[in-house]
Amino acid sequence: MALRVSKVPGIGLMKGMWLTLRTLFKRPVTINYPKEKEIPVPRARGVIALDTEACTVCMLCARECPDWCIYIEGHKELQPPSKPGGRPRSRATLDRFDIDYALCMYCGICVEVCPFDALFWSPEYEYSEGSISAMLHDKERLTDWLATVPAPPPLEKN
Amino acid sequence: MTDQHLLAMHHSEVQVSVELETPDVTLNLGPQHPSTHGVLRLIAKVDGEVINEVEPVIGYMHRGYEKLAEVRTYPQIVALVSRIDWVSGYASEVPLMVAVERLMDIVPPDRAQYIRLVLTEMARISSHLVFLSSYPLELGAPTPLMHALRERERILDLIEMVTGGRFHPNFNRVGGVKPAAGAGSNQKKVVQDLPEGFLGQTLAAIQDVVGVCDDMEDLVLGNEIFLERTKGVGIIPVDKALAYGVSGPNLRASGVRFDIRKTDDYLPYDGFDFDIPAGENGDCFDRYWVRLQEIREASKIIRQAVETMPSGDLQAKVPRIIKVPKGEVYVRAENPKGEMGYHVVSEGGRGPYRLKIRSASFSNLSVLPWLLKGQLVPDIIAILGSLDFVLGDVDR
Amino acid sequence: MTALLDNFWVLLALKVLIIAAVVPGVALVFIFAELKISAHMQSRIGPYFAGGRWGWAQPLADGIKFMQKEDLVPEDADRPVFKFAPMVVLMGTLAVFVIVPFSPKLIVRDLDIGVFYALAAGSVTTIGVLMAGWSSANKYSLMGGLRAAAQLIAYELPLVLAVVGVVIQAGTMSMNGIVVAQIEPVFHIGEVAIRLPFLLQGQVIGFAIFMIAALAELNRTPFDMPIAESELVMGYLTEYSGIRFTMFFLAEYAGMFSMSAIAATLFLGGYYLPGVPEGALDVLGPLILMAKVTLLVFIIIWLRWTFPRLREDQLQSLAWRWLIPLALANIAVTAVAKVVL
Ligand code: SF4
Ligand code: SF4
Repeated sequence: MALRVSKVPGIGLMKGMWLTLRTLFKRPVTINYPKEKEIPVPRARGVIALDTEACTVCMLCARECPDWCIYIEGHKELQPPSKPGGRPRSRATLDRFDIDYALCMYCGICVEVCPFDALFWSPEYEYSEGSISAMLHDKERLTDWLATVPAPPPLEKN
Repeated sequence: MTDQHLLAMHHSEVQVSVELETPDVTLNLGPQHPSTHGVLRLIAKVDGEVINEVEPVIGYMHRGYEKLAEVRTYPQIVALVSRIDWVSGYASEVPLMVAVERLMDIVPPDRAQYIRLVLTEMARISSHLVFLSSYPLELGAPTPLMHALRERERILDLIEMVTGGRFHPNFNRVGGVKPAAGAGSNQKKVVQDLPEGFLGQTLAAIQDVVGVCDDMEDLVLGNEIFLERTKGVGIIPVDKALAYGVSGPNLRASGVRFDIRKTDDYLPYDGFDFDIPAGENGDCFDRYWVRLQEIREASKIIRQAVETMPSGDLQAKVPRIIKVPKGEVYVRAENPKGEMGYHVVSEGGRGPYRLKIRSASFSNLSVLPWLLKGQLVPDIIAILGSLDFVLGDVDR
Repeated sequence: MTALLDNFWVLLALKVLIIAAVVPGVALVFIFAELKISAHMQSRIGPYFAGGRWGWAQPLADGIKFMQKEDLVPEDADRPVFKFAPMVVLMGTLAVFVIVPFSPKLIVRDLDIGVFYALAAGSVTTIGVLMAGWSSANKYSLMGGLRAAAQLIAYELPLVLAVVGVVIQAGTMSMNGIVVAQIEPVFHIGEVAIRLPFLLQGQVIGFAIFMIAALAELNRTPFDMPIAESELVMGYLTEYSGIRFTMFFLAEYAGMFSMSAIAATLFLGGYYLPGVPEGALDVLGPLILMAKVTLLVFIIIWLRWTFPRLREDQLQSLAWRWLIPLALANIAVTAVAKVVL
């Protein structure tokens, strides 16, 4: 076994002490949260943002969520026809769209399966609450997160 | 001398020769105890500081993953299995997906395989770094913890950069890796290929990881006190290791050069040049040393994979709704903790009929009652820690 | 005023008051030093918020926090013993300071058998530890207490034996006398008198043994088995909370202070530094001693954050098989040298 262990007793102890002494005078690597903040990578799964305009209440996300923590209710609304004389269109409107972050396991399946690109990941992470019921984000709160969604990172070229 | 005298003498002699019996003290280590990595409970019968008998009690962390999997679809299960062994979450996802792909007769594209391989080895490094750092802590040295975790953070950041998750990447899909997901204001599904700068940063990070391995040799392995505490302590001989189903680095520390990466083909390891480090005595020291060497080997694999990363698709052609044909398959993988296997039984539905999970820590832990017999109380911790198990992996 | 100071009791009260105020203060500084040094040895920042700059008030904040906590006594505990134990530990630690000479005059009592007294008073802490371990009605505490007792028996001997070398060389057991002995010139080079601390007069082995044994007495890494978080939770401290825990905590650092002060006095020349005129020692003496103490405390902290801990039986074998024979050899060599030279 190749091992850089000295035969002379005490040398091993000295090496360790030299290492800690060296580190003592190096810059610390930790960040002084909350005075400084780390910037998460763009893909980081922090919180889910909802675009209510894009959502068609198809319920796919709610169905595919592994722990079923998305609650959606909606109804159909008749819209005026797009061209005069046409039939009135029916459009689905969201009544309720809640994600229970106390249950969510941040797997990202909902974002992935949404066929209309209505859900996005935002790397925002500062939304802890004192009570578990406050972790239920409603439609308005989810829409607010939309502003924090970053542009996707450029891809490796190879 | 009268009879009475004789009788009295006789009695007194009897009294003297009665051995002083000291009852064993039952010492409960855990389920809440600083050294048990979660909620393992050890009921130890100790005589002074010597252990006469030890009984591990597990199940405090049972979350029923096998049952949960039966009522979920395959894409949903991927999100679950990374929680089994959370220290190396990514590595647990791969064998499950390989099992499903084998049942469906799908071969993932090369690039997907290589990304899987790189991330798996990263998970191995991060898991072993946790061991390298937490084991000295159990022996009373808190500083190696911070040094190794510092570099592990780099690895986790890289995993997060690609997958979006540090511990639970959920990045594998049937037929490859996650192809696309919604992101950004452009309202289009965004390809989840490797982000720019990933390969370069990986090379830099593994350089530092190898550097911290050298530091660990200085700080821990070469330390005379550490040698005193671990050399010849907790020896698992080869026959016992095999009999108890010990696998992974623990088995290799006992001297068996067995590595599923070399024997099976769940990932294209055969194209890479790496060694299988093996110990000689199977003691705590060897278990530490083997893991340290494995980090170096894993860095070698990552370097080769990054340099030869093929281009191409991220996912093979798969149906939109994944239905697995009837059949069953067992796929095992060399996880950081040992052999991790999934036995998938499919009845043709969107989810498995039965999913049996063979986790490494459970089998590794089973050797404990035999191993701890006759050891000293401080050595419980030294031996327990050296087996490197995660309670989530034991209880599932 | 002077008349008042001449009164024995007034003077004594004053001295005791000074010690009771200064020692915990210094202990707080050492706690802060440990927090910061350990953090930077681990690439961390350490305390940052309490007290503004560098978080200097962190130990104070911790202390205030601890005092606010409920003072829990386990139901099955031996209440009087449990409650009294931390005081015994703190008392034992503080009592040592009676004989530490900070300057030629600044010493509570220059006992003829100062060294002997210091070692005896230092061992009182172990009785407190044993009381704490025994009375807590907790198996972890009990094992911690017993380990501490075994450790004391093993390491008291090398500690005493290591000191004997110095006592032989100095020819006195009074702490002040030992410092004065180190001020005496060893030899002359021309007109210049060379004055050396005992460390450089051949007591290197004695000093090493003393420091190792002192670490064991203080229950510091690598000899912190009585606490051993990873095995015994917190050892004899497991059941303590609130103000009583604070007392143990303070006692640990005050103990570091006292042991370092004794080591500095015995081996490093105490309040004397070669080159400093003897007239200035009254003023500079305490500073010089504190500088030496700080150096030793830094080494203790440094070891703590580098090494793992030994096992109980390895500690015993280190004491009985290495330190005691070495210390005996040291005494023999010193005695022979004293007679011959
Ligand atoms: S991230 Fe996963 S768990 Fe959370 S809401 Fe989406 S699908 Fe459900
Ligand atoms: S999957 Fe998308 S469109 Fe469908 S309900 Fe969910 S968010 Fe709305």
